[in-house]
Amino acid sequence: MIDPGLYNYWIVVFLMMAGFYVVISQGNLVKKLVGLSLFQTSVFIFYISMGKISGGEAPILVEGITVYSNPLPHVLILTAIVVGVATISVGLALVVRIHEAYGTIEEDEIHEQDLIDDETTEDPSSFSNGEKNG
Amino acid sequence: MIAIAIIRLRDLFAIVILFGIYSFLTAVLFMDLDAVDVAFTEAAVGAGVTTVLMLSSLYLTSRWEAAPRHSSFLPLLVVIITGAVLVYSTLDAPLYGDPSAPVHQHVAPRYIQKGPTEVGMPNMVTAVLASYRGYDTFGETFVIFTAGLGVMLLLGVQKPHKPRPELNTIEDEIVLKVVVKLLIPLILLYGLYVQFHGDFGAGGGFQAGVIFATGFILYDLAFGEKEVRKVVPAHWLPRLAALGVLIYGGVGVISLLNNKPFLDYSALAHDPVHGQHLGVLLVELGVGITVFSVILLIFYVLANRRRQS
Repeated sequence: MIDPGLYNYWIVVFLMMAGFYVVISQGNLVKKLVGLSLFQTSVFIFYISMGKISGGEAPILVEGITVYSNPLPHVLILTAIVVGVATISVGLALVVRIHEAYGTIEEDEIHEQDLIDDETTEDPSSFSNGEKNG
Repeated sequence: MIAIAIIRLRDLFAIVILFGIYSFLTAVLFMDLDAVDVAFTEAAVGAGVTTVLMLSSLYLTSRWEAAPRHSSFLPLLVVIITGAVLVYSTLDAPLYGDPSAPVHQHVAPRYIQKGPTEVGMPNMVTAVLASYRGYDTFGETFVIFTAGLGVMLLLGVQKPHKPRPELNTIEDEIVLKVVVKLLIPLILLYGLYVQFHGDFGAGGGFQAGVIFATGFILYDLAFGEKEVRKVVPAHWLPRLAALGVLIYGGVGVISLLNNKPFLDYSALAHDPVHGQHLGVLLVELGVGITVFSVILLIFYVLANRRRQS
């Protein structure tokens, strides 16, 4: 078997950075959540690949096998996946609410609406003055 | 490759489907890395449930993404720098598959060597999950429960609703309905098998809950929600979720009452190994019930919104 060396970490870093890029560069909130899941999956792969021992078997007791892969990362990631779907769905619920309140799920447009709201609620007179001057 | 496609595409529908495929590939990768339990969960959760939930929310929002307004150069720069730092830091990391890596030195050998005799079940993942790391799993079950509550609070508790207009249902797809009808008992049976066979083979409460919920979601998609609510009314689900957490906590309280530490299963029977078995079974049952009801609850709540809007 060819020793893959450090490739597993580089794949993880690539996936992680892809997710990171989506989160910080995209304005769409659903896409941000997908990016976040991508990031999350890269961490899962990181843990699982650390638990792997070359020549090891799945950690279920079978006669005649002595080398097993590490079960501890499996446990952590197993629960993390299910917790992940629960938290992602909370995020989706928030996005749905934001869509109902603002009519959009683009970050820029939400921000603009917020700015307009702030100006109108904080000081209505200055806002109208500004319009007159303009 | 799929990751790149996700970044480039602007059609959110395609992105979500691609993400399902990506999850499935990840599951295959986990299988190759000997993590059968994890592969199982990822296939059920990532490829199944997440896709359905994301599609439900896409229906509630919008399908197309707006064109980006500012250049993506700065984020790209940040990402490349961070990635370079991370790659540099991996140069010191232990090699892939190395048995002497630090991760294999701490508590893991004990779990592998003593686990089968102390807990008395062949699947070490289940043994560690439910017995050695029982506190963590309790916490995680609680997080899932809280997430279910959060979604319910955000999107509103069930109101009396009018039935979905018949135009929306897939009324005429006879082939689909027959196939779904055939599949549902198999899925539910498999869920039960996974739930109660988790001690011996791959599986356990988390996977079983997800598989069970998938069965009901499939039924909902094919036959409309009126039929499903006859089987599992929506107001049961929060109670079921709480019941699951209570079963888990109750096992801990029983061991407390028997003058043993919280969640020490040897208090449940005279023979410690027997007690472990009973304890793990009960705890997994609690986890399964909570996961099942929370996922189905989230689906119901999203579907309910869809009807109101």
